[in-house]
Amino acid sequence: MAVLERSRRQTNIETAGDAPATTVRLTIARSDAGAVREFRVALTQPAVVLDALLAGQRLDPSLGFRYSCRVAMCGTCAVRVNGRPTLACQQPITPDTDELLLEPLAGFAVVRDLVVDTSPFWNAWRRVVPWFMPGGPREALPAGDASRAEVERGLDCIACGACWSACDVVVTNAGYLGPAALNRALTLVADERDGARAERLRVAGQQGGVTHCHSILGCTAACPKGLDPSASIRRLRRWSLVA
Amino acid sequence: MGRGTAVAGCPVARRPASDRFQAMDVSFDVLVVGAGCAGMRAAIEAHDAGARVAVVSKLHPTRSHSGAAEGGINAALGNKAEDSPETHAFDTVKGSDYLGDQDAIEIFTREAPGDIYQLEGWGCVFSRNAEGKLDQRPFGAAGSPRTVYSADITGHVLIQVLYEQLQRRMSEGLVVFEEYFAFRLVEDGGRCTGVICWDLLHGGVKAVTGSATILATGGAGRLFRATTNAYACTGDGMAMALRAGLPLKDMEFMQFHPTTMYPSGILITEGCRGEGGYLLNKDGERFMKRYAPNALELASRDVVSRSETTEIEAGRGVNGSVMLDLRHLGPEKILNKLPGSRELAMTYAGVDPIFAPIPVRPGAHYHMGGVETDEWGLTPLEGLYAAGEVACVSVHGANRLGGNSLMETITFGRRAGRHAAEYALGRTAAANGRAETARADAEAWVDGLLAVEQGERPWQIRDELGQSMLENFGVFRYPDKMDRQVGIIDELRHRYGRGVVIEDKGTVFNSDLTQAIELGYLLDLAACMLQAGVVRKESRGAHSRPSDFPERDDENFMKHSITTWVDGAPQLSYREVRMTKWEPMVRSY
Repeated sequence: MAVLERSRRQTNIETAGDAPATTVRLTIARSDAGAVREFRVALTQPAVVLDALLAGQRLDPSLGFRYSCRVAMCGTCAVRVNGRPTLACQQPITPDTDELLLEPLAGFAVVRDLVVDTSPFWNAWRRVVPWFMPGGPREALPAGDASRAEVERGLDCIACGACWSACDVVVTNAGYLGPAALNRALTLVADERDGARAERLRVAGQQGGVTHCHSILGCTAACPKGLDPSASIRRLRRWSLVA
Repeated sequence: MGRGTAVAGCPVARRPASDRFQAMDVSFDVLVVGAGCAGMRAAIEAHDAGARVAVVSKLHPTRSHSGAAEGGINAALGNKAEDSPETHAFDTVKGSDYLGDQDAIEIFTREAPGDIYQLEGWGCVFSRNAEGKLDQRPFGAAGSPRTVYSADITGHVLIQVLYEQLQRRMSEGLVVFEEYFAFRLVEDGGRCTGVICWDLLHGGVKAVTGSATILATGGAGRLFRATTNAYACTGDGMAMALRAGLPLKDMEFMQFHPTTMYPSGILITEGCRGEGGYLLNKDGERFMKRYAPNALELASRDVVSRSETTEIEAGRGVNGSVMLDLRHLGPEKILNKLPGSRELAMTYAGVDPIFAPIPVRPGAHYHMGGVETDEWGLTPLEGLYAAGEVACVSVHGANRLGGNSLMETITFGRRAGRHAAEYALGRTAAANGRAETARADAEAWVDGLLAVEQGERPWQIRDELGQSMLENFGVFRYPDKMDRQVGIIDELRHRYGRGVVIEDKGTVFNSDLTQAIELGYLLDLAACMLQAGVVRKESRGAHSRPSDFPERDDENFMKHSITTWVDGAPQLSYREVRMTKWEPMVRSY
């Protein structure tokens, strides 16, 4: 209940109006050496990092970053905030925040400012053969069944790349599939309707697969959807050993 | 850093390097613009029909706004209670306030079940009952529990399944141009032969040509300050079609969702009211008891949106909002049943609903209008198709039912993909004579935009547009406010036309440029909506005129408004609604 007590104190009961502004100093990693790196933006509360970026873009329209849904559903706006990968649209800027360091996701080449080339992420994704192949029973995964829970656990991955940025292995091992692709593989392997379980486990178990994971849980700590890719990898590892 | 190279041995399907793709180098049988549910479904179908297919999208496909749909997708499977396509059709006709085209609706509801089973066959993880059959939940204004769903992430699961099927076909030759912003149609000899795009990542104006083109670019919620829509929903396809001389249909009909958070318009699901949440005015009164004494907070969306607006306009709101109160549900229920909504409220409204009510107001949610098409998605321009929210077939008429929009993207995406492929394969490749000229024209136009050094910043106009549309053309349309808004749109269009300054002159990821182009789209569409709204002197579905024409007028207005662009201004005409078997009745629930 301590969490709830803190939340109660933070909830502004008279909140329907535009609350007073918070002024934040942003330091943004820019790809053009001559570009402005420091921004001072005023934000009405409640504010998230995306609000600060949009305010910054009005000061310098050349500031590059991706965004779209602004409700943590599309996975477009992942960046590092004070070193930690997160979604810009989901990361609150609390009233007592003075400064923030905004950087592009790690593990990717920078296209412009906070925009990165995510093709290594998607190439890894494709290597697990991410499409369903019918083979099992059609009427399956009943409500409340353990088989269903196994599939649903990793289903909400929005492929934002935060886990990739948080993974120490992908940075040093270019062949590693990474947490998101392996989580996707697990979701399909767990699906008893899928007919390619053996092949999927073979891919997951071979070079670049589950054995490379160092289990430091960076992916799990970073996931903005609260998924546990690290657990998916552990499960895949167990299944690929007995396969 | 520096790990941008492809991994050896991977099937490489990444975006093509820019220098390989100047105009004329790329021609496809079918070109799909937009990669949400409708676009991907169309591309898959066209590929399977044997066509060479390319998809062009300003976002990576999985970033598309279809993924934000929560509730579900309607098909009369009859898994939970007796149901039939006929009942589904009747509910849809009635929900449309008799403005939907009944022949299209009958096709839609007849083909929907097959489309659901096909998605299931592609591995879509729908929620199921204890026997393992697809579960169906009840939704507003539906005569039977008909909405197939996947927990509260139905759109996300559909996007994921469709993207996987797309990837499978990418390994067979289907091409995806990610982060290509399409901004002009190419027309050649009375046929659409492709689109002109701005390559966001590499810069430069590119032509991508095809024998058939399918627009699947989604809606235009960004016309309004309060909207549930993503930043990307700027009506691109509608505006491109309009500028190419094509008719838009029923543009005045924008559905407002009753519970979107102040001020952003971020959606709070209907589930909060389903679990027992109250709507309160500033006196703490449950005002819905005066408007819908039986259904209360669970009355249909348009009824609740209108009731809230009445309260706010009567001075019984709190800073332009009413309050969604969940406190009486208690922490346990809120934490267990509505954790997502609680998190949204805490992040985006600064309110923990366990301790305080959430300020909500109606926000623009779904645009019923769009590019006029027939039941195959074909527009009046040969070779050009449209599917999904960008299109107006019309199955939604004046008001869409929850769960029908995802189904529309699948059923009509498939139909457009099939028809476009057959058309393209049945003829010789598109003559590309016009493509390079069109590309060069477009490039000169972009250069002109970038050359402006003095003037306003686009965002000033965008802010005024969104705010004024919400104030003057929102849930209620009053004659004086609409007149005022017509003047405001004229002025904003004038200011935009005079030239706005794009300060970023760069080529790589220049969002200053694309936002300026999107603003031009929104301004044109606003002008169309206003004109159609002013002339429709009745109240029907989402178009509500409480002060001068509070009733539906079937005699004069049971017809579609058709807007074309003539000499830089919208021009209005009408087309009859196609009826099959349902005569208009009073729409009450």
